[in-house]
Amino acid sequence: MSAPARTTAGRTPGGTPSRESLLSRSAATLVMLVCTAYFLVPIWWLVVASAKPEGRFTQGAPLWFDDFSLVDNVAEVLTYRDGVFPRWILNSLAYTGGAALIGTLLAAMCGYALAKYRFPGRETLFNVVLGGVLVPATALALPLFLIFSRFEATNTFWSVFLPSLVNPFGVYLARIYAAASVPDELLEAARLDGAGEVRTFFTVATRLMLPALVTIFLFHFVAVWNNFLLPLIMLGDERLFPVTLGLYTWNTQVNQLPELRGLVLVGALLSIVPLVAAFLLLQRFWRTGLGAGSVK
Amino acid sequence: MSRSRPVRATATGRRRAPVPHKSAIAIFVVPFGTLFALFYAVPIGYAMVQSLYVVERTGTFGPAREVFGGLAQYQRVFADGSFWSSIGRVLLFGVVQVPVMLGVALLLALLLDSGLVRGRRFFRLAFFVPYAVPGVVAAIMWGFLYSPNLSPFAAVTGRVDLLGADLVLWSIANVVTWVYVGYNMLIIYSSLLAIPPEIYEAARLDGAGPARIAWSIKIPMVLPAIVLTTVFSIIGTLQLLAEPQVFRTFSSAVSSTYTPNLTVYSTSSIPNFNLAAAFSVVLALATFALSFTFLKFTQRRDAR
Repeated sequence: MSAPARTTAGRTPGGTPSRESLLSRSAATLVMLVCTAYFLVPIWWLVVASAKPEGRFTQGAPLWFDDFSLVDNVAEVLTYRDGVFPRWILNSLAYTGGAALIGTLLAAMCGYALAKYRFPGRETLFNVVLGGVLVPATALALPLFLIFSRFEATNTFWSVFLPSLVNPFGVYLARIYAAASVPDELLEAARLDGAGEVRTFFTVATRLMLPALVTIFLFHFVAVWNNFLLPLIMLGDERLFPVTLGLYTWNTQVNQLPELRGLVLVGALLSIVPLVAAFLLLQRFWRTGLGAGSVK
Repeated sequence: MSRSRPVRATATGRRRAPVPHKSAIAIFVVPFGTLFALFYAVPIGYAMVQSLYVVERTGTFGPAREVFGGLAQYQRVFADGSFWSSIGRVLLFGVVQVPVMLGVALLLALLLDSGLVRGRRFFRLAFFVPYAVPGVVAAIMWGFLYSPNLSPFAAVTGRVDLLGADLVLWSIANVVTWVYVGYNMLIIYSSLLAIPPEIYEAARLDGAGPARIAWSIKIPMVLPAIVLTTVFSIIGTLQLLAEPQVFRTFSSAVSSTYTPNLTVYSTSSIPNFNLAAAFSVVLALATFALSFTFLKFTQRRDAR
């Protein structure tokens, strides 16, 4: 039974003798099914609850649709308070997409230089960056707020965007990937052809590092999308909020404004759609790219 | 660290002095370096400086002045019982949650890799989906699921108070586990895929069964991935903020000083920035020390 699965994977999975007992097969499958339920039932409930009419999400069967009104609910979330929710989504996309794109490029350039050139201070730079990996970004939120308030720049788009550009772990990954996937012979050949170093990076190296870059981008995207403390501390103006902070504030107002309860759920569902879509679309990249960071 | 070997090899093969391609290197390194300095190094330094100051007032309503206070804020940090109990709380959380989460992740990765299960693509994706849910949103969702009135599992949540003082820490642990198991599983699984299959052939010829191969070959081979995921989990645990902050609206048992980062946040909203900066510095140092020690400890064990 396992033979087709094995050939599609293109390799022999280790430790599988040809005749596996039915018992261990069913036990393994059972574990997988139980875990699938654990991971997916909450999301399924979110979908079902978001589709129940007018926030009455306890009505009817707990895990099945009742008077399907997802479209109405979504329309209500999108228009509530002059459409503040779609604005939050756009903010999140701007903070996250922009920061992850630029941040990935900067991390890739730095990691590439660390892997492919020898220059004074290289080890120091790498160690400092590694130290940066171990210092969590949340520990920086408060000092960043103090610095930005010196320049009266808190409560602005840039106060959240600029700090989000820095991704030390991306540099670390880019260095590993560049060392593994960009052969020196190729760089030498490009040099002999008279191509400049920077041009070689953009035309040759980035292409070879593409799966890695997508992985770094996705990690960075998730990290910024999930970032909560920095916008919480920095922003006071609701129109600048990313969607996480917006949903959080709605959720804290549920006791005063009970109609928000349903909106929070529908908003929660809408907020995870972009990331799920990104994961599905970029699947073939992160599937291969993810492991390289840890195989040292 | 064998991946860094090619770097060294090329480096020795190249001329030593002077540095070739200087301007290209600058173009590559300076943008990141500048931003790193501005938004990583400077804030850390600034927090350290701020933490050495205290605010003084002449009289109750007099103008506030910042004056150098030496380690006065740190004395307050070390005397702050609720801060240390919050550290104790996240350590307890980490000691239980991190091994459980990584244990499940490792088990699932090994099962996916064992060939015992069909539909690997589906399972891999299904386990990874929660990672796409931001911590705040996951906490809101689970907050509803735990609630005695709103939950679809009211039969359970009506009887067991998952949001009460006794259990709420573990309810939060479940949220974190739910989000991150799939992510950790993927990292471990990808490094399982990178093991050359010939190794298993040799072990099989020696008569090793699947369990034996998993235990004696696979787990040691993916140890670097496990170390990496552990370090990130330790960091994440000490930094817990979004989930408990959200749970404050669902549960009165979560106080404003429930985790160290919540203490930082609530101290800064008093506002007492100098004290909050001192909390931040202590927390960052503790996180750095813990993850660094763990890395060194595991590397030493590797070297043996």
